[in-house]
Amino acid sequence: MSGIATFLTRRRGGASWHFTDVLAWIWLVAGLLLMFGPVVWLGLSSFKTRAALSEFPPTLLPYETAMVHVEGFDEPLPLYRVMMEDGEERLLVQVRRIGTVAQMADPEAPEEIIRVPLAARQPVREIKLATENYSTPFKRYNFLRYFYNSVFVTVVATIITLIFNSMAAFALSKYEFKGRTAVLAIILATLMVPLSVIIIPLFSVINGLNLFNSLWGVILPTVATPTGVFLLRQYMLTIPDELLEAARMDHASEWKIYWRIVLPLAMPAVAVLAIFSVMWRWNDFLWPLIVLSDQELYTLQVGLNSFQGELNVQWHYVLAMTVVSMLPVVVIFAFLQRFITSGIASTGIK
Amino acid sequence: MTVETRQGIAGGGHFASLLLAPLRWAMNLIDRPMSFVQRRFGLGGVAATFLAPNMLVFGIFVLFPMTLNVAYSFTGGGALFLNNRVFVGTLQYETLLACRDFLDAASCREDRFWRAVGNTGFFVVVQVTALVLVSLATALVLNREMRARGFWRAVFFFPVLLSPVVVALIWKWILQRNGLLNAALLELGFEPVLWLVNRGWAMFWAIFLSIWAHLGFYTLILLAGLQAIPRDLYEAAEMDGAPRWRVLTRITLPLLWPNMVVVILLALIRAVQVFDEVFVLTGGGPGTATLFLVQYIYETGLAQQVRNLGLASAASILMAVVLIVLTLIQLLASAWRERKEQR
Repeated sequence: MSGIATFLTRRRGGASWHFTDVLAWIWLVAGLLLMFGPVVWLGLSSFKTRAALSEFPPTLLPYETAMVHVEGFDEPLPLYRVMMEDGEERLLVQVRRIGTVAQMADPEAPEEIIRVPLAARQPVREIKLATENYSTPFKRYNFLRYFYNSVFVTVVATIITLIFNSMAAFALSKYEFKGRTAVLAIILATLMVPLSVIIIPLFSVINGLNLFNSLWGVILPTVATPTGVFLLRQYMLTIPDELLEAARMDHASEWKIYWRIVLPLAMPAVAVLAIFSVMWRWNDFLWPLIVLSDQELYTLQVGLNSFQGELNVQWHYVLAMTVVSMLPVVVIFAFLQRFITSGIASTGIK
Repeated sequence: MTVETRQGIAGGGHFASLLLAPLRWAMNLIDRPMSFVQRRFGLGGVAATFLAPNMLVFGIFVLFPMTLNVAYSFTGGGALFLNNRVFVGTLQYETLLACRDFLDAASCREDRFWRAVGNTGFFVVVQVTALVLVSLATALVLNREMRARGFWRAVFFFPVLLSPVVVALIWKWILQRNGLLNAALLELGFEPVLWLVNRGWAMFWAIFLSIWAHLGFYTLILLAGLQAIPRDLYEAAEMDGAPRWRVLTRITLPLLWPNMVVVILLALIRAVQVFDEVFVLTGGGPGTATLFLVQYIYETGLAQQVRNLGLASAASILMAVVLIVLTLIQLLASAWRERKEQR
């Protein structure tokens, strides 16, 4: 026995176990359960039928009672494993239930009714994925619309953000002009003005511009991100000015210099900003909640919130749509994790 | 930016160039008017034109509302636009601050405001403390030599990217009456609990949720700080046979302190603004148990039948003061960190 224990605990380099190693592993495993567990549970639950979701205690996998088509009955009947009085086990379908007795029948010979006490029967369960949880909200409810609105807001806002922010960053990093420091200071100062403290006046500005209840009212206030300008400017400062001088010698216009030289060279920073912008806009909640009053214009986050806030929560749809609304972010993360983590670690933005 | 990220971008180039063709066409179109500006007004004009779109949006949707906010807080009445509103002086501030006893929200005229202030204060203190400690522990664990560190880092980090609505719904599903947590309690022989109906538990889960969602962000900043600590310091300590806890308290923590300050302040700034996750999870309830400042401002100013824009503006100005003080401290701290790193 002790041989096995030594084998299992043997470590690279022959170092012995320290109690902090144990603590670290406990922390990691607990973290794995606590961080991943809820999301896995969401995923599993989203494939359960409404009936399976209301079961308590819940099952891990999306099980459902097997249904069998039997001759002479229009509807499929539930299949049960029945312990007969003589100790034999048979597979029977339940025709109807009266009190504590179930009327059951052999699927092969449905004419003969067999009476069985409820306690003697166990439903036959099979794994069934309730994919209708995913399709119905798109067909019967507005989710296709919400999805489209979210995509529109995310894509348009990100493109405008990238263009506006990179133009401003270009001016602030490559030109000497009066008031440059002042502009920079203003931008830096507004880093500390979060949306949540200006929602009231911003709401009236949006109304004054007739942008209330419009997707543009969601998009425009978000596009001039000070973080983006700052991030891009810091990167553009590292692009040597000699490149610009050489282009000017060749009579390139300033716009061409920005568009053909500086922007392509700043692509790594632009990419980081693009990823962040997509995530910000896809996940935005408070501002779309304020601006959009028409159901037709809801983004996915707002639509999901109003759907889960209804009196009779249809959890089977809510869970599936929650998965849908987190999928793009998960995909982005899976492919671009390195960009995101290095972007955060080096700039402290989020 | 690493070499790999550069290659990653070059690899995606073909597909992107197809997508960006209309954009490229538009950009070439802009060349003409821009060249005109360049001839007519010189480089200064060009710089101004480059700045214009961003600063215009910025002015309309950030700077202007900021000043407008102050104006609104001195007006009353139900009108939406400032020119129709009545000047009331400091009435809104007086309403907010009218309390017989500042420790008892029920004695205040605007008791919901004070309940929100109290809840937010409690939330900030507990959440930031717990968040910083959990992030520090996670960063220390992730900084150890281990296999598949990238995987473990992702495990703790990924909730940062989830939307607040998604985070809230994931947990609401687990915490509901027939949820996973109550099933587990029952299995272990305990009574099920109505987590979000009990005042104390609702606050607990509000704090838990926001830590769950954000700890990866702070862990990442602390991890970057830990990895910047020179390795030879640890090697020297090992040579001297220093025990591990002393290495932690004498080398790791002091050298990590500048990062800790930044993390604490960032966490404070965000905790004051707590809203989304908790709003979706509890709606501020039960009663006012998880009503926070931003929700108070949102409801008072925009979501109620009778909008009280003046009162909400005054409340948001008070909140902004707190945030500005915190941010100034944070900027000073970052400057201090950078100076220290250069040394």
